[in-house]
Amino acid sequence: MTAGIFSDEHAMLRKSIRVFVEKEVAPHVRAWEDAGQIPRTFWRRLGALGFLGLEFPTEYGGGGGDFLSSVVLGEEMARCRSGGVAFSVLVHTDMSSPWLTRFGTDAQKRKYLPRIISGESVCALAITEPGTGSDMAALATRAERRSDDYVLTGSKMFITNGVYGDLYFVAARTGPGSPERRHDGLSMFLVERGLPGFTVSRKLDKMGMRASDTAELAFVECPVPAANLLGTEGRGFQQLAEGLQRERLMAAVLALSGAAQALEDTIAYLRERTAFGEPLAARQALRHRVADLATELEAARQLVYRAATLYAAGEECVTEVSMAKLFATEVANHVAYDAVQMHGGYGYMREFPVEGFFRDVRLWTIASGTSEVMREIITKRLL
Amino acid sequence: MRILVAVKQVPDTATQVKVSADPRVIDTTGITWIISPYDEFAVEEALRIKEKRGQGEVVAVSLGPERVKEALRACLAMGCDRAIHLNDPAWSDADTLVTAKALAAVVRQEAPQLLLCGRQAIDDDMGAVAAQLAELLGWPCAYWVMEEAIDADTKTVRAARQVEGGLEVFDLPLPAVLTAQKGLNEPRYPTLRGIMGAKKKEIRDVKAADLGWAPEPPQLSVVTLEALPPRPPGRIIQGDVPTAVKELVRSLREEAKAI
Repeated sequence: MTAGIFSDEHAMLRKSIRVFVEKEVAPHVRAWEDAGQIPRTFWRRLGALGFLGLEFPTEYGGGGGDFLSSVVLGEEMARCRSGGVAFSVLVHTDMSSPWLTRFGTDAQKRKYLPRIISGESVCALAITEPGTGSDMAALATRAERRSDDYVLTGSKMFITNGVYGDLYFVAARTGPGSPERRHDGLSMFLVERGLPGFTVSRKLDKMGMRASDTAELAFVECPVPAANLLGTEGRGFQQLAEGLQRERLMAAVLALSGAAQALEDTIAYLRERTAFGEPLAARQALRHRVADLATELEAARQLVYRAATLYAAGEECVTEVSMAKLFATEVANHVAYDAVQMHGGYGYMREFPVEGFFRDVRLWTIASGTSEVMREIITKRLL
Repeated sequence: MRILVAVKQVPDTATQVKVSADPRVIDTTGITWIISPYDEFAVEEALRIKEKRGQGEVVAVSLGPERVKEALRACLAMGCDRAIHLNDPAWSDADTLVTAKALAAVVRQEAPQLLLCGRQAIDDDMGAVAAQLAELLGWPCAYWVMEEAIDADTKTVRAARQVEGGLEVFDLPLPAVLTAQKGLNEPRYPTLRGIMGAKKKEIRDVKAADLGWAPEPPQLSVVTLEALPPRPPGRIIQGDVPTAVKELVRSLREEAKAI
């Protein structure tokens, strides 16, 4: 199944994570979904097993693995049947903390990476604002330099891991952009929970991904030590744009692997459930639907693997990643729709995991760059 | 102290096993292979003994075809120091006694102070190799071990084995054979670091000739494998409660012979 891009070592890692997810994650996800929160002990357990630092350098306590190790983590976490749990974990490992290894100073890495890898500090990425989503250059949060601090003022919206997080990767404007270069003047900061002037304004109530906590954040004259500027002042947009490729690939991976699980659950249901004296699995209308979905999934998976391979090799891959994110997340939503349909009335009931997947997967054509933004990126490179 | 752990590679418990065209063997296409779970407890215990003592060596050994390397590599990823693979067509039809004799030859070469096994493999459930090894080696042996403690000067091991309603505790002089029961420990997951580290560790291939092995026909051989007959469907007893209960009791007594 995975022959091609994954090595024997990836296969062993996959086995490890799969057994862990079956034994220690899947039995609890319903409780975590209901609580709208993942227990701290779970983060520590992930850390102790090395799953939070797969790609980080070994000198900071990481596993020294490659990008495909993270793909394996995403694929297997998504199998726990809670999109929110997988999302929270991957926000920590792949959608926020990699900026630290990519752009952080040695001092920053030494200070923060060990805690990130151990699960002591849970990470969040704070770019989006109440008035700004896709149009990153329009960010309104300001960071003014005053002696040894950057003083942050503004608010952030839809921040995953935002309510219970510890370390926030925050984008803010340190200087004006010009009309022709609107993206200039953005910077990234490492902001620790508990700084004066930094509060969680509210915990947001969502359609799906309910096990992951999502926050609106407020910064009011919040002094962030200048030592916590991440990367180069004014180059935040370029830094973010680079990291977004990883985030989008992971979004595609999570959506697809969740969809693969939903399709497997559906196939099991079709075998079990009888109607008109035979299992549903014997009915051609449903059989062909399963064939179509499996084919779409496989096509999407190959597109994602292709983009992941380019990304892992450090090659230019913005078009491929955008295509993979667009196609995989749309396919995953199609699978979710049909999986619920084939479950009949039970597909609408919370006790069946496809119901949860249907709500969870809806996020993925929106988060990490909407399908519309993906189409714009692709077209810009064609037209 | 050197500890040898004998492991067997078996089909994953989730596998639907099918009899192959040759009715003496199972169809192995599409099977996921794992380390037999009781053997995994044995590996974990060996690693814990080493870690607790702060020194020592844990060697995993397995007999079987080329695919067994995957199980041995998993042992190395968990933390075993090296592995030995008894890998020779001469052993392709090995029964438990042939397996035990081959393993005993390796044990004599390696001279460990402790030999750990699972209480049985979960494929054929024979549970014989460890006892046969102990007999061949002349070592004491305790099965179904739930707890163990090796004394400070590595002379004896205190082993508590599961018996009906409690534990039976023995002191065994070392070297000895112990077999692991579920509950002995919770095996660790191989970490990425362990997996990467395993690539650099040795898996030594041992051929029959390396052990001065004289070909020996197995004393046990499988005649045929048969799938279980499909379970008869359940029955719902209709009618009002008093009548239904009577019918339930009657069928439990007369048909199912359960009461």
